Amino acid sequence: MTDSKYFTTTKKGEIFELKAELNSDKKEKKKEAVKKVIASMTVGKDVSALFPDVVNCMQTDNLELKKLVYLYLMNYAKSQPDMAIMAVNTFVKDCEDLNPLIRALAVRTMGCIRVDKITEYLCEPLRKCLKDEDPYVRKTAAVCVAKLHDINAQLVEDQGFLDTLKDLISDSNPMVVANAVAALSEIAESHPNSNLLDLNPQTINKLLTALNECTEWGQIFILDCLASYLPRDDRESQSICERVTPRLSHANSAVVLSAVKVLMKFMEMLPKDLDYYGTLLKKLAPPLVTLLSAEPELQYVALRNINLIVQKRPEILKHEMKVFFVKYNDPIYVKLEKLDIMIRLASQANIAQVLAELKEYATEVDVDFVRKAVRAIGRCAIKVEQSAERCVSTLLDLIQTKVNYVVQEAIVVIKDIFRKYPNKYESVIATLCENLDSLDEPEARAAMIWIVGEYAERIDNADELLESFLEGFHDESTQVQLQLLTAIVKLFLKKPTETQELVQQVLSLATQDSDNPDLRDRGYIYWRLLSTDPVAAKEVVLAEKPLISEETDLIEPTLLEELICHIGTLASVYHKPPSAFVEGSRGVQHKRLPPRAGSGESTESPDVGQSGPSEAPPAVIPSQGDLLGDLLNLDLAPPTATVPSVQPSMQMGAMDLLGGGLDSLLGGDIGGSPSMGAGLGAAPAAMPASLGSAPAVGGGLGDLFDLGGGVGMPTGSYVAPKTVWLLAMKAKGLEISGTFARRGGIIQMDLSLTNKAMSVMTDFAIQFNRNSFGLAPAGPLQVLTPLSPNQTIDVSLPLSTSGPVMKMEPLNNLQVAVKNNIDVFYFSCQYPLSLLFVEDGKMDRQVFLATWKDIPNDNEAQFQIKDIHLNSDVASNKLQGSNIFTIAKRTVEGQDMLYQSVKLTNGIWVLAEMRIQTGNPNYTLSIKCRAPEVCPFVYQCYELVLKN
Amino acid sequence: MIGGLFIYNHKGEVLISRVYRDDIGRNAVDAFRVNVIHARQQVRSPVTNIARTSFFHVKRSNIWLAAVTKQNVNAAMVFEFLYKMCDVMTAYFGKISEENIKNNFVLIYELLDEILDFGYPQNSETGALKTFITQQGIKGQPQTKEEQSQITSQVTGQIGWRREGIKYRRNELFLDVLESVNLLMSPQGQVLSAHVSGRVVMKSYLSGMPECKFGMNDKIVIDKQGKGGTTDEPGKSELGGSGKQSIAIDDCTFHQCVRLSKFDSERSISFIPPDGEYELMRYRTTKDIILPFRVIPLVREVGRTKLEVKVVIKSNFKPSLLAQKIEVRIPTPLNTSGVQVICMKGKAKYKASENAIVWKIKRMAGMKESQISAEIELLPTNDKKKWARPPISMNFEVPFAPSGLKVRYLKVFESKLNYSDHDVIKWVRYIGRSGIYETRC
Repeated sequence: MTDSKYFTTTKKGEIFELKAELNSDKKEKKKEAVKKVIASMTVGKDVSALFPDVVNCMQTDNLELKKLVYLYLMNYAKSQPDMAIMAVNTFVKDCEDLNPLIRALAVRTMGCIRVDKITEYLCEPLRKCLKDEDPYVRKTAAVCVAKLHDINAQLVEDQGFLDTLKDLISDSNPMVVANAVAALSEIAESHPNSNLLDLNPQTINKLLTALNECTEWGQIFILDCLASYLPRDDRESQSICERVTPRLSHANSAVVLSAVKVLMKFMEMLPKDLDYYGTLLKKLAPPLVTLLSAEPELQYVALRNINLIVQKRPEILKHEMKVFFVKYNDPIYVKLEKLDIMIRLASQANIAQVLAELKEYATEVDVDFVRKAVRAIGRCAIKVEQSAERCVSTLLDLIQTKVNYVVQEAIVVIKDIFRKYPNKYESVIATLCENLDSLDEPEARAAMIWIVGEYAERIDNADELLESFLEGFHDESTQVQLQLLTAIVKLFLKKPTETQELVQQVLSLATQDSDNPDLRDRGYIYWRLLSTDPVAAKEVVLAEKPLISEETDLIEPTLLEELICHIGTLASVYHKPPSAFVEGSRGVQHKRLPPRAGSGESTESPDVGQSGPSEAPPAVIPSQGDLLGDLLNLDLAPPTATVPSVQPSMQMGAMDLLGGGLDSLLGGDIGGSPSMGAGLGAAPAAMPASLGSAPAVGGGLGDLFDLGGGVGMPTGSYVAPKTVWLLAMKAKGLEISGTFARRGGIIQMDLSLTNKAMSVMTDFAIQFNRNSFGLAPAGPLQVLTPLSPNQTIDVSLPLSTSGPVMKMEPLNNLQVAVKNNIDVFYFSCQYPLSLLFVEDGKMDRQVFLATWKDIPNDNEAQFQIKDIHLNSDVASNKLQGSNIFTIAKRTVEGQDMLYQSVKLTNGIWVLAEMRIQTGNPNYTLSIKCRAPEVCPFVYQCYELVLKN
Repeated sequence: MIGGLFIYNHKGEVLISRVYRDDIGRNAVDAFRVNVIHARQQVRSPVTNIARTSFFHVKRSNIWLAAVTKQNVNAAMVFEFLYKMCDVMTAYFGKISEENIKNNFVLIYELLDEILDFGYPQNSETGALKTFITQQGIKGQPQTKEEQSQITSQVTGQIGWRREGIKYRRNELFLDVLESVNLLMSPQGQVLSAHVSGRVVMKSYLSGMPECKFGMNDKIVIDKQGKGGTTDEPGKSELGGSGKQSIAIDDCTFHQCVRLSKFDSERSISFIPPDGEYELMRYRTTKDIILPFRVIPLVREVGRTKLEVKVVIKSNFKPSLLAQKIEVRIPTPLNTSGVQVICMKGKAKYKASENAIVWKIKRMAGMKESQISAEIELLPTNDKKKWARPPISMNFEVPFAPSGLKVRYLKVFESKLNYSDHDVIKWVRYIGRSGIYETRC
């Protein structure tokens, strides 16, 4: 049989001939004709004109012919909806056929025909097929529900198919279960908050059972679904992990990777001191290594994922450096990825081996690979200080090869090495200068110019070198021009006498002859600096530069967490969140790792104090420099506090700030968002009324009973009066004043929004930048009525402390963005640390003693609180209102010593000793904490509370 | 999930195009052709994103298979599926070529309809597929109800890789233990890195639904049994040079027929095998590897224009065994002008285009040694850089498993049919090949 002949018909009048053949009486001829039609369709010819004739062939008992006609229908039904109706009868009839294969075929095909009228007819057969006695039909029908949902979601809901689909999770046949899981997962993706999958320990148990029995593909569906479950506690998490680990030995790499995803995610919940945690870590390494013996395309996927895993948990693969060594016959994309991972795993222990390998790679043929290898050597130097010297000498060897792109790449990385180890390797500058002429890429030229400028005083002919670049100034790229300008100014400041002419030349080139505003502005700045105050110029231009950090290319922690939740998928291959490449509602929902084990409950172990802000962001605390960028990148997706699994992570394109993000926030989401749980939702709604008059009644009530004797004392935490945070003139007429309060364990931001403009303001929304204690809005900003001119609205915004963390300067600084229909405004404010003092901050006496001793004396800070006229009991009561708890009191020689403890929301303990001498209005306060930077802020709180 | 699947010939003409999702348009077919097949540059990634559409591709000879999607799909699964698709096609019509694809396009469409539903991979085991996708129409049209439900229960059942009712007059099975041994050795004979990656390939011709149990000298199993009482292993050192009883396996993966949870808990390998040839398991070992050959290099630079090279190879296994297809590759400097070679055994040639002396020996018994010496004349150069001395590499094939893996048993139980484990004819073969086997000089 040679069907290839169907591909070669290119005659004119072909359609007519086909038409005739399709209507032929002979079965064989008919079949031949349909094959020809399909072949034409495949190569892209339009054969839709034959629709009625092809559909006529549908009534046949030849299954092969039937399938071909169905294929045609799926392709063209959409363009000929009226004609497609002709096929409905056959479909409905086939759904009743005795042969299960035909029943399944009919329901499968019908789901692929995206014509409304047909869809209506699909419901009844589909309902029957979902309950068919044959598992083959049921598994096909399960997928068909997803198809139908894609065409008409409402219909699926109205017809109750979702419930039937949920029931199939308990089906006796593992493949039916797997397909039902796949269909439900897909449908759930387009309803992020629907809780459609409704995973609970019982369903999870069913899934885990089916996992052992279904096909490799079914295992993948189930594992991917499991990964979205959030176990209730570490024990459940462990028991799921135990049942998933056998999958690591599956021959199908996708099964392995999906299992790795589940384990990486659930591991987060296991306490690190648990034996099982260590066992699990050990179990993960071998299968990851084995993935590298798969076919190259899969290796690529695996390597992209390993890159993430290595960043999240470097300990898993730290001993496996060798398996990432490049093989000569690896495809280039595998080579490049391996190289990346090698650098990540490089450490003092293995650096010699790594360098030897990298040196080999630098002599290969593929230009990109060689460049990356050279760059890698530089990164090793920066990462492993002990190896810097060997790296530099290796780079010098490479420069000696005179291979143009190797030299250029080497110079670029040597510049970085200089920035990490200033004044250490300048002996190599001479060699670099020899290669000046061969540099033709902007990056290399800019790097070289930077080096010359930075070390101008040690290069005798620095002026000549720079002058030579100046000749073709206007042909250079901006990068080089800017660098040249700065370098010559540096040179002038170092050797003013000989280079005056040169600097004037470059300044005039930059300011007068250039159209580039950046260049011009920089030129003017230098010019004015130099002409008004050369000393200041020296301080500015020749200031000591901050050293560059070790790892410059780490994936930002929140993105990394999200990507870990997407192991195995495209997102993990692109290293981008799904929202960056998926259109529509799918994938916009951000995933997060479960909360880390042991962060919440820490009453027994005071040691947890250590795992405070120092550990919260895993690797790098981004420096303050990034702040502006971060604010612009604010994510204004619906914030949710109570359900960590659906919490949005803090990264998204800047566009969302102005675009859809906010609008969707203010749209239907406010009303329906289930994340505004009852507890949180009620509190702010009730608050604004009581705001104006009596501050903080709610939370204080409990304390009142507790205190007994202390009636009459102002109880509850102290709330500072509102201050103006955002001036109307800076915010197009919107004035915001506010303060912070802690009421009954809930942190609130009380805001007064005043409209001082002429027009009505609507569509308010708020977002915070990352901050030291992870403060984030726990719900949307509830400004339900438009704000008319001269009107003021008081709003209370509940806050959570589960937002992303970044250390701020000062520690209690909070940067806020508020949006309304006019614009987005930014301001920053400082909150009292007492906001974060939790209600269960009373430490056990023994623990207090031990902890006090345990914290080194270096961490102790002493403060004076002046002019307090309270006796120790009153003071103690007052402080307790703000969750500063007195644990013990001692009186020694007329001095009252109060020992107090405070716990912050992130688990940090602060211990204090307050000495009160009768008659002396000045108290002495000693504060001890493992994170000493909080001490001054705790002191501030004492002062505030005691004085008010 | 997968939105569409296209097959192209080397020119970029579409041979098969099947779209599963509405978000994939006809223009996707052209986008891949223009941006990947017709791209001037070499392929830089097997995953390409063009206008928010992701393309996964694999190539078989000069045929391109591309899966397309607009969603965040499981990328590993897509590639596994594409490989599987190739396997299925090969099982149906042999080599994947333009000719074969065109000749079988109707069949391929039928397969694609079956193994991918709305972009979700379904049962793709050829054993099961061949029971109902036959290209014969459906033979003797009205099948019996039993036949039909047998087909569907197999396609959806737990043992989707095997059909019921297989019968052989002679029950026979072949086990091949195929290993590739990799080595990097220092000039002084110190092992820098060594590992074996192995595969157990099984060809089974067994009747019914046999339950199989595979046993090897896995250290964990042996140690466990050792505690209960020593198991006797007669002929334990029949292979190789070593008499070790068990081996430590770093990691292994199994065909989907193996019950993984049972392996995880008891470390026993039990399964119902597919019919015909398949790969039962893959494994990797790094400890106590038997290195079949030792290469002892000696390179001496005589002045600036001459090199003297002497290489001794020693075979390190039982004298009764024979290694085959031995090839030693000795790199020479780029400025080599002439080479004189003397070898005691085999043939040696200087290949200028490969910058190496290639020494081939057809066969060599164990515990022997052989030697080659060469004088290399060099052209004087003003290149200051010294020659980098790439490692000497070796190829060979030996009839034992360098990891020391031994098959202890493969038991077959078929309770319903009247044959027992003893009636099955079993063949076991060990082949060790060189992977990257290098010695620095």
